[in-house]
Amino acid sequence: MLETLTSGPLFGLPLTGLWFVLLFALLGTFIFLDGFDFGAGVLFARAEDDHERETLLAIVGPFWDGNEVWLIVFGGAMFAAFPPLYANLFGRHYLLMFAILGALILRGIAPEMYEQRADPTWRRWWGRSFVVGSVLSPFFLGMFAGNWLVGAEQLVTVPGVVVGLALVALCVVDAAAFIGTRSEPGHLQTSLERRGLTALAGYLGAIVLAIGYLVALRPDMRGAILSVPVIALVVATLVAAGVYAWAIRADRFQAAWVSTAGMVYALVAIVALLLYPTIDPAVGLTVETAIVQPLPLNLMTLMTLVLMPFVLSYFWVLYSTFSGPIEHGEGY
Amino acid sequence: MIDPVLASRLQFALTTAVHILFPAISMGLAPFLVYFTWKSIRSDDPIYTRHQRFWTKIFAITFVCGTVTGIVLEFEFGTNFATFSTAVGELFGGPLATEGMMAFFLESTFLGVFVFGRERVSDRLYMLSAVLVALGSWLSAVWILIANSWMQTPRGYEMVEEGGMEVVHLTDPIAAYANPRFVWMFVHMQTAAVISVALLLAGLAAYHVLRDRDPEFWTLALKVGVVALLITAPLQAIQGDAYARHVHETQPQKFAAMEAIYETDSGVVEALVAVPTDLEGFTDPRTTDLFIIGIPGGASFLASGGDPTAEIQGLNEFEGMPPVAYVFWSFRLMIALGFWFIALGLWAGYRWSQGRLTTDRRLLYALVLSAGGGLFATELGWIVTEVGRQPWLFDGPSGSLRTAEGVTTSLTGGEATLTLAGFVLGYSALLVVYVTVVRWMIRNGPPSAADVGMAEEVTSDA
Repeated sequence: MLETLTSGPLFGLPLTGLWFVLLFALLGTFIFLDGFDFGAGVLFARAEDDHERETLLAIVGPFWDGNEVWLIVFGGAMFAAFPPLYANLFGRHYLLMFAILGALILRGIAPEMYEQRADPTWRRWWGRSFVVGSVLSPFFLGMFAGNWLVGAEQLVTVPGVVVGLALVALCVVDAAAFIGTRSEPGHLQTSLERRGLTALAGYLGAIVLAIGYLVALRPDMRGAILSVPVIALVVATLVAAGVYAWAIRADRFQAAWVSTAGMVYALVAIVALLLYPTIDPAVGLTVETAIVQPLPLNLMTLMTLVLMPFVLSYFWVLYSTFSGPIEHGEGY
Repeated sequence: MIDPVLASRLQFALTTAVHILFPAISMGLAPFLVYFTWKSIRSDDPIYTRHQRFWTKIFAITFVCGTVTGIVLEFEFGTNFATFSTAVGELFGGPLATEGMMAFFLESTFLGVFVFGRERVSDRLYMLSAVLVALGSWLSAVWILIANSWMQTPRGYEMVEEGGMEVVHLTDPIAAYANPRFVWMFVHMQTAAVISVALLLAGLAAYHVLRDRDPEFWTLALKVGVVALLITAPLQAIQGDAYARHVHETQPQKFAAMEAIYETDSGVVEALVAVPTDLEGFTDPRTTDLFIIGIPGGASFLASGGDPTAEIQGLNEFEGMPPVAYVFWSFRLMIALGFWFIALGLWAGYRWSQGRLTTDRRLLYALVLSAGGGLFATELGWIVTEVGRQPWLFDGPSGSLRTAEGVTTSLTGGEATLTLAGFVLGYSALLVVYVTVVRWMIRNGPPSAADVGMAEEVTSDA
């Protein structure tokens, strides 16, 4: 058994490539799922009244914790499969990583605290913390992704900031669709439609800006951006955006949510394609040099193959238990 | 500016020390929640449902604090100990990733069902959720302790030169991951978690019984806490004694630090108190001039499992030395607390048998004062474990890495100082908020029987 595991890739699979894909699939799933939690926090800022705020919290309440685990697993998979990447990226973006952590902590505890007391001052401050954490988490994560992609050494870069803004907008796009699936027709749904479309325009604008910037100012990346697969993904994003705009106007929130998934995975795939075969351009680290030995990789692959069906079934239970509009009195 | 190595060590120590409180509470509370949920579904007495609702709220808020502070630890390996992460990633990253996949997903998704889903799911799925949340919280400790036990007693690896640095290659997964130390750590940690929560439960209950608030509710909590304490506190002493012997066999340097033994000797005294006799001794850990009150041959007896003349290696035989005073005093204080918990349990059990559990005011005050003692002992245990292993990140037969060498090389003193200061402020605020909110919950009291009863009706209508 041990010999099979140490000698080479399991079942002769191209495991290095598969883990590269898996890493970005985990990232995409995190953005898609936790994205609507962040987006709900952004929408929270513009909620009409206390009832609407309560509704927003009750809608995302059961999910966010499970959703955030995708980030933990993304970090764990990077550590386990590509340790030098993990060490280089996290060590290099030292302050940004702690900004992300600070934002995630705020986003995590604020709604929990908000619910504990009806006192208006207490609620106002935790409500604000929730909004700030929900805006900054995707913004800093986007900055991180942007800096990673262009191999930036410094903290603040144009692509970093633009991808950060794009991610905040995408989270609102996501939230408008998901929250729509769990609410009744009324004021909330009308405002979701409007805010979803505004955020969609913002997202597309940011993506155009990012691509334009790289084509114009990063000749080394121009070829990769103007390649067929990347252009195809950009076209796919536009199609998904079109479907989203149609679906959300027709109050077909589920369809809108599915097309959000298309936009998220397309974005992540673009980042992955632009990186490949490098995985950390700042230090010239490639997928092949960053990957671990066959033995640990095979073990991780086996573990993932065994566990992922369970994980998906938990999420199926969770999402089907809390499908459909929330009822009166539901919440924390 | 603090030196980046020192700042990273302080920061990791601080963030771990704060984080450990939350999982200790949630892992300890999980079995109690399962019990209350089971009784709530099975019995007609609303008191169990009231308990179940009440402790679920506290569990939920604790879990959230545990999650957010836990992500910090995962990321800190990369941000502050990048050299360590590169060196051991292929062996160490796997358990962390598996923890996420096997434990966190289970715990967090079913916690969603458990906290929000009472009116949406059947009794059976509800009960199952309670069990799965508990299982998830304990599995998470399994994977973290698999990773940590490897750092204590590293096996199943070799060091290979790669890209100009010594990197760990996994050679034998069974030896590395099914490390004997893991079993000791896991049993010790989980027992500590249950003791901590038993003491919290009994202490809070004693406080309310003393004030005669909601006596029916709190008397049940008191009894449940006392039963748990009576079972777990003696187990911890028996287990802890054997664990210390295992440490002596596998980490002689740490054992010597726990006992502050500098020169190798046989028939070593078990020091109950040991202090340097001059001022210099406080700052120089290599001091040998100690004032000791102790049991002759005691340390040898404990280390060897019965032989008062056995030889124990002294710290001076090893290269490098942990800060002995922290390890020595933490170890002693932890054991003293452990014996106090056993005495407390026996005292309460005796009074219970006399029918005076709720009327012995001295016992109730003792329980109130001991409420946080289990968590404190848990912290002390981690100081012994983690400080006692210094100056090594890991030190094994096939190679070692010093903590100072594992720190991110590009890290500046300014960056490290800034984030350390941020954590001191942020985590202080987090702890204050957590304690304040839990105090509110306790002051507002558990839901009344009427609240619970109404909720029950809604369920049966649905």
